[in-house]
Parts: sequence; C-alpha cells; structure tokens
Amino acid sequence: MLSYILRRLLLMIPTLLVVSAVTFAIIQLPPGDFVTTLMSQLEMSGEPANLERAQSMRREYGLDMPMWRQYTRWMGFEWVYGAHQSEASEWFGGPKGLLQFHFGQSFKYNTPVNTLIWERIALTVTIALASIIVTWIIALPIGFYSAIRQYGFLDYSATLFGFLGMSIPQFFFALVMLFIANRYFDISAGGLFSDEFIDAAWSLAKIWDLLLHLWVPVLVLSIAGTGGTIRMMRANLLDQLEMPYVTTARAKGLNEWWLLVKYPVRLAINPMISTIGWMLPTLISGSVIVSIVLSLPTTGPLLYEALTSQDMFLAGSFLMILSFLTMVGTLISDILLAWVDPRIRFDSNAS
Amino acid sequence: MSAAAETVTLSHGQEAETQRLVIATQWQLMWWKFRDHKMAYISLYVLAALYLTTLLCEFLSPHDPNQRSALYRHAPPQSIHMIHEGSLRLPFVYPMVRHVDPETRRVTYQDDLQRPLTLKLFARGDSYELWSLIPMTRHLIGIEAEEDERLVLFGADRLGRDLLSRILYGSRISLTIGLVGVSLSLVLGVIIGGVSGFYGGLIDSIVQRVIEILRSFPTLPLWLSISAAIPATWSNVTVYFAMTVILSLIGWTGLARVVRGKFLALREEDYVAAAKVAGVREFTIIIRHLVPGFLSHLIVSVTLAIPGMILAETSLSFLRLGLRPPSISWGVLLQDAQSLTALQLYPWLMIPALFVIVTVLAFNFIGDGLRDAADPYKI
Repeated sequence: MLSYILRRLLLMIPTLLVVSAVTFAIIQLPPGDFVTTLMSQLEMSGEPANLERAQSMRREYGLDMPMWRQYTRWMGFEWVYGAHQSEASEWFGGPKGLLQFHFGQSFKYNTPVNTLIWERIALTVTIALASIIVTWIIALPIGFYSAIRQYGFLDYSATLFGFLGMSIPQFFFALVMLFIANRYFDISAGGLFSDEFIDAAWSLAKIWDLLLHLWVPVLVLSIAGTGGTIRMMRANLLDQLEMPYVTTARAKGLNEWWLLVKYPVRLAINPMISTIGWMLPTLISGSVIVSIVLSLPTTGPLLYEALTSQDMFLAGSFLMILSFLTMVGTLISDILLAWVDPRIRFDSNAS
Repeated sequence: MSAAAETVTLSHGQEAETQRLVIATQWQLMWWKFRDHKMAYISLYVLAALYLTTLLCEFLSPHDPNQRSALYRHAPPQSIHMIHEGSLRLPFVYPMVRHVDPETRRVTYQDDLQRPLTLKLFARGDSYELWSLIPMTRHLIGIEAEEDERLVLFGADRLGRDLLSRILYGSRISLTIGLVGVSLSLVLGVIIGGVSGFYGGLIDSIVQRVIEILRSFPTLPLWLSISAAIPATWSNVTVYFAMTVILSLIGWTGLARVVRGKFLALREEDYVAAAKVAGVREFTIIIRHLVPGFLSHLIVSVTLAIPGMILAETSLSFLRLGLRPPSISWGVLLQDAQSLTALQLYPWLMIPALFVIVTVLAFNFIGDGLRDAADPYKI
C-alpha cells in the first residue's frame, strides 16, 4: 500500500511538469499580452497610444524575454542556467518561482500572486468539501429509501429530482437562488460575507457570517451532484438486497430495520467513499462558474478577470493549483479504492 | 439448452414470447428494453421534435430573429385569447401599446382591447430563404398586422426582437454544437483508444500518459482559458468550430478509455484468435469482430456526453467567452438574463434556460434508458 502511494506521488512530478508547460502555453494563447490589453483600454478611455511606455513596461515585466525564459522564470528554474539578476526578475520578486512556492507577480494588482490567491483557494476548497457533505446528507437517505421502496412514488420522484438536478445549468440555478435569497431571505445578493466582515480579520463572528452566506453556493453545487449519488446509492443497495445473506437474515426473523442498517447499507456506502476523490475536481470546476455568477470571493471571478485581462501569472497560477487539486482528488479516490477493495491493492503489490 | 428445457413448462403464449426473444437480434432486444423505459421513450420524441425545429426554424418562427422594433423593447409575453367581448372566436392576441410614464420614465405595455388580431396559420411575414435556397414569406403562425404590430408570444428582448423566434433559431447552434463536438470526440476517441488498445506496448503507455495529463486539468477552468483566447476578429462560423474543438479536447479521453478497455478485453477472446489464424486482415478483424462488441457501450457513452457539451456551450456563451452576438445560441440569449435586475423586471428572458433544461433532461433520460437496454445482465 505504501509503495503504491509512493509510486503515484512520484508519477505526479513529471505530470505536474507537463501540466505547467501546457498551462503556460494556454495562457500565452490569446494574441498580445497584458500591456497590449492595458494600452487598448487606455486608448478607449481617450489616452493616446504610448509606444515608449509600452516598451518600458514590457522590459520591466520581462515580457520582452523569449518565451522559454519567461517559462523558466515562472517555474523558478533560472538557477539551473545561472541567470543574472535582471530588472525583470526584480519586479517578479527575485529568482524564485513555482518550485520555491512563489507564484509570480500579478500585473493588474502589482502584488505577489501568493497574497491574492490563498484565501480564495481555501474558500473554494471549503465550499467544495461542504458541498460533498451536503450532497451525502441529501442523497444517501433518498437513495436508501428509493432502494427499499423500489418503483414506489417516492422512488420515481427522487429519480426525476435527481435528473433535474443534473440537467439545470449551474449558472442558471445560481441565478435563481440569488433571486430567491434576495427576495425571500433578504440576504445581500451574492458574496460570502456581509459588508462589515469583508476586510475584517478572522473571528468567530466572521465564521458565523460566512456560514450564513455559504449555503447558497453549497446548495447550488450539491444539487448537481445529488442526482448521480442517489442513483449510485440506490443501485448499490439494490445489488446488496438481492444477496442470499439478506434472505437468510430475514428467514432468521431479524428485525427488518436492524437487518438493513447492519449489513446492506454499510456495504452499499463503502464504494461511495472512494467517490470523494472524483467529486472534488468536479465541484471545484463547477464552483468556478457558480462563484462568477454569485460574485463570491473564491477562485472563479478572479480567474475569469485574470483570463480576460491577460494577467498571465495570476491566471496561470490558478490553473496550476486547480490542476494540482484535481490530481490530488484523483489520487485520494484511487488510494481509497485500493484501501476499500483488496483486489486492487494486491494487484498493485504484485506488479 | 436450458432455455429449451424451460419452455416445456410454459404455456403456448409464453412459448411464442420466448421464441421471439430467442431469435431476436441484439438490437431488437435493446429496442424492446429501451421502450420499457417510459421517460426515455418520451424523451426520444421530445428530442426528435426539437431537432426538427432546427431544420425548419425559419418557417416555424413568427419573425426574423434579428428584426428590431423600437415599439416592442422588453415587451412582455403576449397571451393567446379565445374570448373577445364575451363571444368565442378563433385564437387571437391583442396588440400591445407602449406607454411611458412621463415622470418615472418607466415603460409599461398594455393590451389594446379594441383590436383583436386573429392568429393565422401560414401567415405572410418577414421574408426568408428556407435552407438558404427557397425564398419564402409564409410562417407557420403569424398575425395580419396592420401597423408595426408584432407577435411576441415569449416576449421581446431589449431591442424589441421576438424571443420565440430567437430561441428557435438559437436551437440550431445549441443543439448541433453537442453533436458536432461529440462526433469529433468519437472519431478521436475511437481511433486513439483503438490503436492504444489493439497494439498495446509503448504506444499504449504514451496514450495513457497523455490522457492522464489531459484529465488532470479541471474541465471548466480549462475551457474558460482556451475560450478566452478566441480572437474577437474571428467569424461566427470559425468561433463555432473552435468551440466544438475546445469541447471535444477533453471529451475524447473518456471515449478513448472505453474503447481501449474493451479492445484489451476483446482481443483475448477466442474468436479473435480464430479470425487471426484464418488469415483475416487486421482492419477487418477490428471492424467486423471487435467494433460490434462494444458499439452499444459506446453509444451509451456518447449519448451521455452530449448533454455535458450542451451545458458547457451554454455556460461559456453565458460568460461571454464562447459564441458572441450576432450569433444566436441559447447561451447567447441568456447573456441578457445575467443581472438580478433583469430577472426581476423581465423574467421572460429566462425562457431559453427552460429549453436547455428540457434538452439536457431528454438526453440524460435517453442515455439512462440506453444504458439499461445495453446491459445484458438486466432483463
């Protein structure tokens, strides 16, 4: 088991390298760079184009360097070929890069990316984890009931509800929730904090305020996953209920409720544990669009803004961290699967 | 053998039924099972109707989707009446009168109860060319307008364009982008997955690594980033195809995995070995003997991949990162419904979302029905 985890972790290193190169290529895809965007914005507001200023900005930001050097600077590989301290790397924050956990500098905010992203990433992960819990709280009892009353009225309703949850575009559901929260619960539209807490330091009152706002995005995100989870729980439990041991237990005259809870339910939930891993990436991905609509202080809106204004280190770092979280999610699910299912575990030991 | 033994105890009718099951082809069995899934069966008709509208949207829509009207800006949906001044008549609508409050500048619309306008089948209206070929002026329904009156059954947008017509035209892009995207993923997935599974070895390892790397990107942020790179200067058609390529960029990996897994399992089968010994060409083995083995499974995967792509296109266009006006897609139409104010004042702008939901729901039901039908272990 330990060697399996170790091997997977080692495999992540080359994958992360390739991911970083692809990410860098993607954020370079739009024609022009941040300075071009800035200049065209200035021109729109009536200021004449200033080529000299653009040139000096490019030099300061290091955007005039060849592409591979910009990449190695972002990655923190400059020490490999002993690059000298240039004006550009001073603005960038020295010769450190991703390798040294320095994610570069944001053009737009002119601050290190590190100061901008971590709180947002933490809130994103919080929302994702809370959504997993809520999904389970909603889906497991419904799936359980659907299975023991198969083809009953509630089973059909639950199926319909689940399919609806899968079919409503998340941004649309977020809009509707915004509308409802605004009209019936009198909560300020969007956001995760009340005005007085936005810049306040973390305190119990702030956490309580967060919880009061958190339910809107969490509900939106968990409804989408609920449909699939209900169907999985239902199918798993139905498989178990057909097993001969259930018949045996019934024949023994075991109390029906006790019989269900003691074995079939436990066995039906087992495989679901491994799905945490793949739910996490989906939820993080989905939270991006939901948080843009709800203007939450999470990764979504800032990533969107960075992408459209070509703030490349900010956008690139978000993509890198989200990819890393996706990988971690997959890894967790694989480890849990191996842990729950001895066949996978022994197979990987043998090879 | 055992089936024959069982039929002995069956009555005549049941025997005929069993006989029918025994001689049925794989596809007949699947079709029978599929029909039992009622929601899936109904969904099939819903989707057929929706795709028919994409073919005939010029004829079905009452107006030209780009025809603006200053008198109908943000006009609410008209309702169809049957009773005028206490007497029953053919379905009709009342023309709407725009009224601007002189103090608050607030615009309201009122029905002009004096002049009922009867709905006409095959009415004359804006001219168009059906399939860009046949010049026509007839629309399925319309009104005999005397002045600048318009038929706005789903309301109008901020430029006074008829929302119903725009939704019908928008179905062209929204309903086909998933199909084109999935076809592209399918071609890539089958070829790459097939090669990977059939030859194995180094090619397989490389393909598997590539898939793993593509899968470690979070889907939506990746789509966002690439769509953000679509230059504003590109034409609508180019953007459309760029979107399908972006959507299938990740889509093919799932299908390739399915195909590869099935290839790996099937190539060990005895009948494949027999075909090889008999000297059948590799290509023929693949097409004749391997593909039928996983075709049903593939169809299910494809059906379940389409709604994801439709939702993705809608979401990206909604965020103004996908298709842009003057292209009309359901996502583009929903751009108007972005703010809370718009939702409160003009709720009918959300109607395109209902079409998205119905379409995606139908695809999901059909996928579910097909999955049950293709599962040989369930009867």
